[in-house]
Amino acid sequence: MTSTEPQSDENLVELAKSGDDTAFPELVKRYSRRILRVARNITNHEEDSEDVLQETFMKAYTHLAGFQGNSKFYTWLVRIAMNESLMKLRKRKSGKLVSLDEELNTGEDTMIREIAVWEGNPEDTYSQEELRAILDKTISSLPEGFRSVFMLRDVEEFSTEETAEALDLSIPAVKSRLLRARLQLREKLTRLFKSKGENTFAYL
Amino acid sequence: MPTCKDFLRELSDYLDSALDPATKKELDKHVQECPDCWVVLDTTQKTLKIYKGCEPQAVPAALEDKLMAALKVKMAEKKLSG
Repeated sequence: MTSTEPQSDENLVELAKSGDDTAFPELVKRYSRRILRVARNITNHEEDSEDVLQETFMKAYTHLAGFQGNSKFYTWLVRIAMNESLMKLRKRKSGKLVSLDEELNTGEDTMIREIAVWEGNPEDTYSQEELRAILDKTISSLPEGFRSVFMLRDVEEFSTEETAEALDLSIPAVKSRLLRARLQLREKLTRLFKSKGENTFAYL
Repeated sequence: MPTCKDFLRELSDYLDSALDPATKKELDKHVQECPDCWVVLDTTQKTLKIYKGCEPQAVPAALEDKLMAALKVKMAEKKLSG
């Protein structure tokens, strides 16, 4: 144990609340990458995601006194980022008459077309940058209602209940969107990563 | 006995270990006997693993500087307003 051991989020939040000017910037450094990723993957827009990053931390700082610590600081932060991202997205979409429900109503709920094992391990085949670009592009092709649930549940590791609360959805809606998001991503990644020469065939 | 469709419907709960033991046992048996469902399970698990394991990109330096500068202003305002 050394004195350079990183401080817990809880300590930094308490220090920031009591007026320590170094504490909140430390939290920003700790989480800005992950918040930017949430913003990018939800807004699909570089400029909007940069705004979301800044607005998230500004809002968190402004409302820090009201943060009671009932949830983890990071969970609270992601919820702010998700709200900001969805607001940006809806603002951009406001000219189009497509409701989110329509977008999700794809008819076939869990269509499987690609059944093939993957060629080796993509983490070994691609550089981290290449893989990140593939994953970002793939997730950005999902409908928003699927992206937001997948990001919270499977990337940010929120519970089903936390995700439902953050997105104002019922638990069955979270579960249904999550299953479809997972299967669509699997389908798209399998097209890229499948073994060459493997036959693909209709399923079910 | 569960069908492939049943397996697919329960796949998320299966992956999240959120099934009752009896259903899980039935689906375990199905996936051992059905190569298609085994592949779907395997590639879905890999999909989740790869997303979880991917490190987010660094925040570009100029954007981080802008964020820190805005924060400084905000902190100074808060001090002034008491």
